[in-house]
Amino acid sequence: MPSSLPSFVRYLYPPVFLLGTLLAWFAVSEWWQWISPTRFPTPTQTAEAFQRILIQGYGNGRLHQHIVQSVLLVSLSFTISAALGIALGIFMGASRKIEALVNPVFLTLRPIPPLAWIPLAIVWLGLENSAKVMVIFVAAFVPSVINTFTGIRSLEVPQREAARMLGIRGRAYYFEVLIPAAMPMIFTGMRLSLQASWTTLVASELVGAVLGLGSILNQAAQDINPPMILVGMIFVALSGWLMTYGLGLLERLAIPWRPV
Amino acid sequence: MIAAQTSKPWLQTLRLSLTGIVLFLGCWYLAVFLEVTPRRFLPAPHEVLFRFVQLIQEPFVGFTLGQHLLSSFRRFLNGFLLAIAIGIPLGLLMALSRGVQLLVTPIFESIRFVAPIAWVPFAALWFGTGIGGPTLVIFMGAFPPVLINTYRGAIYVDRKYIEAAKMLGAGPIRLMTQVLFPASLPSIVAGLRISAGLGWQSLVGAELIVASSGVGYMMVKGQASIQTQIVMAGMIAIGLVGLLIDILLRRMERRFNRYQEVH
Repeated sequence: MPSSLPSFVRYLYPPVFLLGTLLAWFAVSEWWQWISPTRFPTPTQTAEAFQRILIQGYGNGRLHQHIVQSVLLVSLSFTISAALGIALGIFMGASRKIEALVNPVFLTLRPIPPLAWIPLAIVWLGLENSAKVMVIFVAAFVPSVINTFTGIRSLEVPQREAARMLGIRGRAYYFEVLIPAAMPMIFTGMRLSLQASWTTLVASELVGAVLGLGSILNQAAQDINPPMILVGMIFVALSGWLMTYGLGLLERLAIPWRPV
Repeated sequence: MIAAQTSKPWLQTLRLSLTGIVLFLGCWYLAVFLEVTPRRFLPAPHEVLFRFVQLIQEPFVGFTLGQHLLSSFRRFLNGFLLAIAIGIPLGLLMALSRGVQLLVTPIFESIRFVAPIAWVPFAALWFGTGIGGPTLVIFMGAFPPVLINTYRGAIYVDRKYIEAAKMLGAGPIRLMTQVLFPASLPSIVAGLRISAGLGWQSLVGAELIVASSGVGYMMVKGQASIQTQIVMAGMIAIGLVGLLIDILLRRMERRFNRYQEVH
């Protein structure tokens, strides 16, 4: 939002826009019927679908069960994967030997998009949660490693030497020099990781799952139920946004010195 | 000792790199020979390689690997070019006009949070599973970086140039094509690289779910019949093409950055 606008316009604009979009949606789909409801649902249908999944449930569960399943699975696998990725990134950044040892394998596996691991995960682990954990692990691992590595390496030689000269060694060197310096990059990596994890989870739930937001989409697509597809998409977006927002809060706690 | 270390650091790197690869393959082979899982779930590396070569020569589910790749690549190109064709002009227009910017930003910001893959059901419903459906999914993946980078590049163009062009009588179209576009080119090309990566990744996802040809489809069929070599060969093919696209665009990026430095 451009800052040159008067402040009341800046605050009023989003709700006004939302209302306008809603009105336009009613107009083209319900009043004038320019768009066929078999292609894109009307607001009334969407509200009904929302009510149905909220109260009766749809595709093996109610809305909150789907959300909890997906969000919990992503958060847990993401946390494990990012923690390991950050650790590897720190070691690779701190030691050229470890970098040389790990890099070739890492560079070979890196161009394979996380989504391409889904069929392999299904062959190995089936449609269980464990297959999703594996796919999310792959998705979240790579960006964490790369960004942490870059962050550690971005610490300049004078700073390193100053730290050495002041006698900072061992654990303290890692925890008080290297890691704080790499913190902004680490969080950049985590944000990318989280995004990739979320996309990958939704995709693997679309391919096959009992519960989860992706499985709503899959079920709705099979039933040719456009309103339910839309409800699923809205909640995929909302949950993704919520998790990104949560990570942003965490970042502000972890890096209080960073200007926002 | 110091002399030995500084004289051949690359040799040490090479030795360690080779050790890394050997270790990786060694663990893989060990897992295969110890039969951690049945052989058909975990084929040996050379078996995957053989299958890869075999797939190039013999068709699997109707097409050879080359043909699958071609149909994947065509879908990718469709979605990617569509993202460029809409993203660049729209980004420039947003930088030029407050009205367009106010109209597009909220729509864009809310759609951006929908994972591209979540468009799959609508894509199939609206455009079918042939070319159109996957194209929409790729477009949804590839579009945001193009738009964002074009817009960011264009708003940071020095106001002097815009004022000068306006004073010399340039209309909005010439302003966009002859001032804003060339000046924001480095940023646009950087965006294209991200966008191609995301587009390629979305393509794979789209093909896993809705498609009747392509590498993703081939992998799904391999998975359904538990032919792990095919799944892994598909992963290699996808990785290689993705890498190739990235290298091409990186080269382009470097050229445009040099262009900017000279002028």
